[in-house]
Amino acid sequence: MAAETHRDDLASKTGMWLFLFTEMLFFAGLFVVYSVYRFRNPEAFHLAAKELSVPIGTINTIILLISSTTIAMSITALQKKNKKFALLLIGITIFLGIAFLVNKYFEWGEHIKEHIYPGSPVLALRGQGDVLFYGLYFFMTGLHALHIIIGLVFIGFIAAKIVKNKIDSENFVLLENSGLYWHLVDLIWIFLFPLFYLIT
Amino acid sequence: MENEKNHIIPYRTFLLVLICLISLTLISVSVTQISLGTLTVAIALLIAVIKSSFVLRVFMHLKFENKIFSFAVIAVFLIIALVIFITLLDYLYR
Repeated sequence: MAAETHRDDLASKTGMWLFLFTEMLFFAGLFVVYSVYRFRNPEAFHLAAKELSVPIGTINTIILLISSTTIAMSITALQKKNKKFALLLIGITIFLGIAFLVNKYFEWGEHIKEHIYPGSPVLALRGQGDVLFYGLYFFMTGLHALHIIIGLVFIGFIAAKIVKNKIDSENFVLLENSGLYWHLVDLIWIFLFPLFYLIT
Repeated sequence: MENEKNHIIPYRTFLLVLICLISLTLISVSVTQISLGTLTVAIALLIAVIKSSFVLRVFMHLKFENKIFSFAVIAVFLIIALVIFITLLDYLYR
């Protein structure tokens, strides 16, 4: 074997964090839009937010929190050279991520059945405030769901690398980075949930 | 090698944080069901900030990383808060 390949875990983590900052600012822009529209249409936002299902939102929040915990624990498992347990925890994370999306699918389905979706004529009749609320709701939760899908694919690749021993107890910065991404998705949901479901 | 042996966070820590996070979620759900006006928004956001600090510090390891990461994250949050504040000031006093 040739000389050890160069590795700089701190640099790769720093790069990941810088990327996460751009993601935070990206979502922050949408939160600014949300604040302004809510400020200008308090009544419509109040009534529209009441129509979202708090139980489904709460369940999805808890699902994401647990999935974040399992991916964080998988790093501990790998550090302890417990590869099987690490893979099991990653599997649970992926399963929970999919469960979140399935919930979201039914939630959106309910809205769409009631003709509430961006560009819907029924929604347009309810006034500008409702159009703005649901436009932001679908866009922001949709963008968040897209991040979940990307996170699942990312974590899936990492799991494959762990199976092939490309990632192990000595070299797990990629697992840490995929975990960071997953936690960011969780972090965004922590703010989306109260803003859309709870504050009415 | 620069890649220092990261210290291992015990499973228990993560599970305790999970319990805190779920409790905070349930508190925030029940508090917001009571109508407290503007206070509701403040409480919900405060709880969200506490929850995110748990996620950032423990799950995302900021507590154990070089402090510069924490400063950077705080800076990003402050920038976001400042932008929202200034934007709302504009709409409030227009």
